[in-house]
Amino acid sequence: MEITPDQWILYEWRGVALNATVAFTWAIMALLVLGSWAVTRNLSQGETVSRWQVALEVIVGGIRDQIDQIGAARPGRYLPFIGTLFLFIATANLLMIVPGYRPPTGSLSTTAALALCVLVAVPLFAILQRGVGGYLKSYVQPNVIMLPFNIISEFSRTLALAVRLYGNVMSGTVIAGILVSVAPFFFPVLMQLLGLLTGMIQAYIFAVLAMVYIAAATKAEQKAAKAGSGHDSAPETQEKEGH
Amino acid sequence: MDPSIWISIASIVTAGLTIAIGSVGPALGEGRAAAQALSALAQQPDASNTITRTLFVSLAMIESTAIYCFVVAMILIFANPFTQTATQAAGG
Repeated sequence: MEITPDQWILYEWRGVALNATVAFTWAIMALLVLGSWAVTRNLSQGETVSRWQVALEVIVGGIRDQIDQIGAARPGRYLPFIGTLFLFIATANLLMIVPGYRPPTGSLSTTAALALCVLVAVPLFAILQRGVGGYLKSYVQPNVIMLPFNIISEFSRTLALAVRLYGNVMSGTVIAGILVSVAPFFFPVLMQLLGLLTGMIQAYIFAVLAMVYIAAATKAEQKAAKAGSGHDSAPETQEKEGH
Repeated sequence: MDPSIWISIASIVTAGLTIAIGSVGPALGEGRAAAQALSALAQQPDASNTITRTLFVSLAMIESTAIYCFVVAMILIFANPFTQTATQAAGG
């Protein structure tokens, strides 16, 4: 059994193999680009707004609201990156309902690439916000002893991002494949439904985690200032001790 | 017996043990997290947005340990590196 779409070769020409991961990734990219191009070609501010524009406004506004709630200072700056991550993963997972399609997020190569984008983007946004010195200072934040642990956590969370998305999507396809051979028709349909839900949640989680990492890297100083004056946290701890 | 058969037996048993033991901890943890989030939602329905988002993120964090176990089990069954080594050693 193939556990990743990497091993499924669609087309081979003089030793250059085109596997399903690359093909489906480009198909999703084309779908997203052409779809948004077709919708944004004639935007209107008048009384009649096309239904596709309304749908796009709802999606973009929803992502902006989510980023705003996580607490970044300027949501507009992170909207393109986070929104692209979310829309790509969500589309890749939702297209599972198309027969003959294997989600490219079920391959470790795709998810590792996405996680590497997050690994690069976090320092980039942090340096834009706080400067090189301010960013580097965040590594020795409590004190210098924590320096290796901060560096390790940077890489281990990237690994966790990649393996989490890969494991979830891959488990969905593998379980569906096993169930088709064991108990055809009914149970695979249920597992596919569960897979759609899981895929959507994983897209949301990937985007939210990326945003949480960026927010933590960009506003460490504000959080420290808030904790210093924080009178919100005091009653909670007292209540917990009371129980 | 052939050593590759022993490798298969060991991998299958270990894969079963991996996913069985590895799913106990995350299951308990997720149950606790969901119960705490439910009581928090009941106490403070106004903060439902924050609580739900934090719950989802922490569930993903907890679940990832189970996912690691699943990936290891899948590697042991479908992409075991040692079976290939054993067949090469037997053939060459």
